[in-house]
Amino acid sequence: MPAFDNPFDPQVKLGTGCNCGRHASQSEHNAALDSEALGSRAVESAVMRALFPHDETRRDFLRAVGTSAALAAISTLFPLGAAKEAFAQSAGKPEKTKLKVGFIPITCATPIIMAQPMGFYSKHGLDVEVVKTAGWAVVRDKALNKEYDAAHMLSPMPLAITLGAGAQPVPYTMPAVENINGQAITLAMRHKDKRDPKQWKGFKFAVPFDYSMHNYLLRYYVAEHGLDPDQDIQIRVVPPPEMVANLRADNIDGFLAPDPVNQRAVYDGVGFIHILSKEIWDGHPCCAFAASKEFVTQMPNTYQALLKAIIDAAAFARKAENRKQIAEAIAPANYLNQPVTVVEQVLTGTYADGLGNVMKVPDRIDFDPFPWHSFAVWILTQMKRWGQIKGNIDYNKIASEVFLATDAARLMKQVGMTPPATTSKKIIVMKKEFDPAKPEAYIASFAIKRTA
Amino acid sequence: MRALFESWRAPVLSVLIFLLFIGAWHAATLPIAAQQTVDAEYAKLVGKAASTGQKSTFPTPADVGAKIWQHLHEPFYDRGPNDKGVGIQLAYSLARVLAGFMLAAIVAIPLGFLIGMSPTTYKALDPFIQVLKPISPLAWMPLALFTLKDSMTSAVFVIFICSLWPMLINTAFGVAAVRREWLNVARTLEVGPMRRAFRVILPAAAPTIMTGMRISIGIAWLVIVAAEMLVGGTGIGYFVWNEWNNLSITNILTAILAIGLVGMLLDLSLAYLTRLVTFPE
Repeated sequence: MPAFDNPFDPQVKLGTGCNCGRHASQSEHNAALDSEALGSRAVESAVMRALFPHDETRRDFLRAVGTSAALAAISTLFPLGAAKEAFAQSAGKPEKTKLKVGFIPITCATPIIMAQPMGFYSKHGLDVEVVKTAGWAVVRDKALNKEYDAAHMLSPMPLAITLGAGAQPVPYTMPAVENINGQAITLAMRHKDKRDPKQWKGFKFAVPFDYSMHNYLLRYYVAEHGLDPDQDIQIRVVPPPEMVANLRADNIDGFLAPDPVNQRAVYDGVGFIHILSKEIWDGHPCCAFAASKEFVTQMPNTYQALLKAIIDAAAFARKAENRKQIAEAIAPANYLNQPVTVVEQVLTGTYADGLGNVMKVPDRIDFDPFPWHSFAVWILTQMKRWGQIKGNIDYNKIASEVFLATDAARLMKQVGMTPPATTSKKIIVMKKEFDPAKPEAYIASFAIKRTA
Repeated sequence: MRALFESWRAPVLSVLIFLLFIGAWHAATLPIAAQQTVDAEYAKLVGKAASTGQKSTFPTPADVGAKIWQHLHEPFYDRGPNDKGVGIQLAYSLARVLAGFMLAAIVAIPLGFLIGMSPTTYKALDPFIQVLKPISPLAWMPLALFTLKDSMTSAVFVIFICSLWPMLINTAFGVAAVRREWLNVARTLEVGPMRRAFRVILPAAAPTIMTGMRISIGIAWLVIVAAEMLVGGTGIGYFVWNEWNNLSITNILTAILAIGLVGMLLDLSLAYLTRLVTFPE
C-alpha cells in the first residue's frame, strides 16, 4: 500500500487507479490534495502499516469496526495528532505561530482580512489575529513598535519608511502587493454637473495619506488637466473611515479613496463616483502587505508561511466566482463593518454609480500579489516630482530592496499562479508611457512639478 | 398631601422634559416623501434614502431604542478581536481609566503633600506645574507612542497625565490650608512629624483631596474616549470610531448614552467617598 493512500479506507485498491476513482492514478489523486493533508496521510499510513502488516487483516478490521471507530481506536493507542504535527513541523516550522497583523478597514486589504475567517492562515500553520487600526500613521507606528508582526500598508509606505521620509528610516520590505485598481474619485452630489476637472478650481479633496497611491494618482490626474494640485486645489489627509462623514458634512468636495468608501458614499446618497482609478492607470498597485526587514531575516519560516497564506488568499480572490463569498466573509463588524451589498458591489464590479446608473466593470478591483519593481520606480518618481524626497536616488536599488519580487514569484508558483519572468514592465498612465529605465527623464517631462 | 405633591414635582418635570425631547426628535426625523424614483435594479444596490434621491437620514428614537435593547440583550458577546459587546468595551475603558488614575494618585498625593507642607518646594515646582497643567492630554499621545512603543501603555499614560494635575493641586492646596490652630496644638503636644502628617493634616485635607480626585476621574473618563478613538483596538472609544466607520448613528448614540451613565456612576461613587471622609466642624 503506498504511503499516501488513505489507510482507513476499506475500499483502497492495490492496483492502478486511485482510491476515489476520479483520477487516472494515485499520484494524480494525491496532486489534488494539498501538501498538509498529504503530510498527515503519510503519518497515518505509516502507523497503520506498522499495526497491520497484512492488507487482508487491515481491511477486515476496518470493515468490522468502521472507519471512524478505527481511527478513534488507533488514536488512543498511538498519538496520531502529535505525530502528524511533528511531521508538519519538520518542513520549516514557523518560529512563531501567534501573529498580529494590522489592517485598515478597506477592501484593498481583502487578502489579509479574508485569510483569517476563510482559514488561509490556519492552513499554513499560523494563528493570526487581524487587528483593525484607526489610520495609516497608527499602522506605521504600531508596525515600527513591533506591536504588529506585519501589516497592511499603502504600497508607497515601505519605500517612504526605508528612505526615512516622514518617519525614522527603518529597512522595510514589501513582499506582496495586495490589490490592483479598486480606487475611485468620488464627488459630492452638488457637483453633479462639474465632470470636467478644469472646473475644480478651489475644490477641497481628501486622500488617505501623504505617501499613498491615492495622493499621487489624484495629483497626476488634476495636473494632466492643467491644475496645480498644490495651488489650484487643496488636498488634505483624512482617514478612509471618516471620508464619507466629511463629504456628508460638506467639509470636502470629493476624494480619491479606497473602496468601500466610494461605494458607501453612493449607498448613503452623499456622493457619486466620478471615475474609477483604473481609468487613470489600469493595473496600478494600491495597498501592500509589508513587514520589517528584521522580521523577514530573523523569522524566515514564519515569514514564508505568512506570505504564502496571503498569496494563496489573493489567488482565491482573483477568481470572479469567489467574490460574493468573500464579500460575505469580510463585511461583518469584526472586519470591514459595512453592509454586505456595499462590499459585494466593490468586489463584483456591478455597482450603482450614484447618478442612477448600474455599471458593470468586472475588473474594478483585482488581486495580483506580484511586486513589480517598475511600480516602485514609478512611485519614487512621483515622490520626487512632488518634493517628498530630494536629491539623487538609486531607483533600481531601492526598488529591488523593498519590493521582494523573488520570494513572491517562488511562492506564487507554489500556489499554482504564474509569476511574470521579469520584474519590470512598461506602465501607461493616462495614455502617457513610463519607461522604468529612464526615471529622471520622466520627471523632467512634466510641466507641473515641485523639483527645485 | 401637599408634601407628597412637592416631592413628586421634580421627577414629573424630568419625565415631561424627556418625553418632549423624544417627541421633538421623532417629529424631526419623520421620513420625507420621495423626491424621485429610480429603477428597481439600482434601488437594490443603494440604501433606502439614496434610492429616493436623498442623503441617509438621522435615525428615529424607535431605531435607537431597538439598538439599545439589542445591546442590553447581549452586552458581552465576543466575535473576534475587532468586534466585542458594549459591556466588554466599557470594561476595557474602565480598566485603563482606573490604572492611569491609580498611578496618578500614587504620584500626586505624596507629591502634593510635600508641596503643601513646604512653601519652598511649592515655589520651585509651581512654574513647571503651571506650564504642564494646561496641555491637552491628547497632545502627549504621539510622544507616548514614540517613546513607550506600546499603544495600551500610551493610553494609560495619557490618563495618568490628565488625572495628575487636579489631584496634585488640590492635595497641595488642602494640605497648605490646614488650620494653623490645629498645627499649633499638635506642636504644643510635641507630636512627631509622621504622626502629625497622618493624624492631623491628612484628615483635615481629605475632603479637598477627594474633590481633586473627583475632578480627575471626570477628566480621565472624558479623555479615554478620545484616546481610544485615536489608537483603536478595544474600549468604548474604539467602539464609537468603529461605528462611525460604518456611519451607524444608532450605535453611536447607544455608546454616548453608555458613556454618560458610566461617567455619572464614577462621579457618584467618588462623591460618596468624599462624604465619608468629611466631618462636621
